Amino acid sequence: MGTEHTTPVIRLVGVEKTLGAQPVLKGVHLEIPRGKLTTIIGKSGGGKSVLLKHMIGLLRPDCGQVLVDGIDIARLSAHELNEVRKKFAMLFQGAALFDSLTVFENVAFPLREKSRLASAEVEPKVLEMLEAVGLTGMGHKFPAELSGGMRKRAGLARALVMGPEIILFDEPTTGLDPLLARTIHDLILETQRRFGFTAIMVSHEIPEIFGLSDYVAMLLDGVIAEMATAEAFQRTGHPGVREFIHVGRMPEPLFSAVGSGAQGR
Amino acid sequence: MVTTLVAGVGRKSLGILGEMGRMMVFLMSTVSWMARPPFRGMQVLKQIHFIGVKSLFVIALTGIFTGMVLGLQGYYSLRKFGAEGLLGSAVALSIIRELGPVLSALMVTGRAGSAMTAEIGIMRITEQIDALDTMAVSPMQYLIAPKVLAAVLIMPMLCSIFDLIGIYGGYLVGVHLLGVSSGAYISSMESSVEWKDVYGGWLKALSFGVIISWVCTYKGYHTTMSAEGLGTATTEAVVLASVVILMWDYFITSVLM
Repeated sequence: MGTEHTTPVIRLVGVEKTLGAQPVLKGVHLEIPRGKLTTIIGKSGGGKSVLLKHMIGLLRPDCGQVLVDGIDIARLSAHELNEVRKKFAMLFQGAALFDSLTVFENVAFPLREKSRLASAEVEPKVLEMLEAVGLTGMGHKFPAELSGGMRKRAGLARALVMGPEIILFDEPTTGLDPLLARTIHDLILETQRRFGFTAIMVSHEIPEIFGLSDYVAMLLDGVIAEMATAEAFQRTGHPGVREFIHVGRMPEPLFSAVGSGAQGR
Repeated sequence: MVTTLVAGVGRKSLGILGEMGRMMVFLMSTVSWMARPPFRGMQVLKQIHFIGVKSLFVIALTGIFTGMVLGLQGYYSLRKFGAEGLLGSAVALSIIRELGPVLSALMVTGRAGSAMTAEIGIMRITEQIDALDTMAVSPMQYLIAPKVLAAVLIMPMLCSIFDLIGIYGGYLVGVHLLGVSSGAYISSMESSVEWKDVYGGWLKALSFGVIISWVCTYKGYHTTMSAEGLGTATTEAVVLASVVILMWDYFITSVLM
């Protein structure tokens, strides 16, 4: 699988989950390498977000194990789970900023709740994070006053502020224009390199994610169909995976006559 | 045909039982988180402001008109027996024992309860509740417990304000409009209202505070992920809380009598 040089920080063993009457995960086996950026791709509504939520214990598997540093978090009590969650941060699809708090208070929230920092130490730390994501001077605004891209940045600052070991990104660029998506991708990559956390991203931005990720995994029909380094992944022999990534890379020809030229890419 | 009917009834009953069980677990979990540090005084104060202070106007308005209509009705009923002098006692007892707690609870359900459901429901849909969870902050402790605590603390006070204004409304109509003597209104009230009545009213208000905050936060917390789901949750919360308030009122009254 190409992960032999690093020990996995998260390991999923035979994870199954049925939501309603719909089996979403049908025995997922996955190892997330430490300190790397791993992207999980897959069809819309195919269970990528569900998979991500299992890693942080927001959902519990019907059967199978979710091991975080060797601890099966599916079997933990709420209190024990909260201890494990201190290693994590998550950037949600809509950023999930608290509406009733300003951007500054949102970023300060985990510090005020979970760290022993004095209030005088909180402020410089928050300002530093706002600067790192390019939101200097925006601290006094409320989430409703921000654009989608700025909300994602604020969410990223909130995720970074506690210095987590693992950050989960749930479709960080959904709903953004391509240019903005690029800057958010760059920001994720830059902060990942700078802070060295393990990043797990759910996305369907093909081909952009290949230039960004260390590893790519594909969730297909409820199982991990393929996982490899970004480079090796693009040369995969798996027909379902090939179809998915190549549709993403080639604009569908409008007319078949013109299409023959486009297929040369 | 018969079997499908039986199966349908059974499924429905199981569904209701399951829902009651989940609601009970929700309440127990809220109470257990309430007892654990950190204690969120600031959150409780905010909620007291939201549930209590912002409900004052509507409580005052319903209070005065309830008192006035009681004064009117009471006067014409009592006049048949030549007992207009007992108007004060009639108005005060019905308000303190029954109408004060129940009507203030129904008004708070409509005003603050629905807003609670909507607020928590939106936080659920936009994943803010999940975000709290991922930050290892219990949503039960941060969001739900302060609302329940605030509602329990504030309902007896709102009820007292309703009582006072309602009694004054009865006085306005009885004494100023219909000519009952002011002394008779007040002395009949003084001689018939006992501390037990006042305590009973407060006890009711307190328990209604639990019902409102419990039902409304539960419905918001379990909103399904859509705008339609949020609308349904809000409607269900208000209807269920109102019905439970009236049913519980009967039980608690029969115990207090």
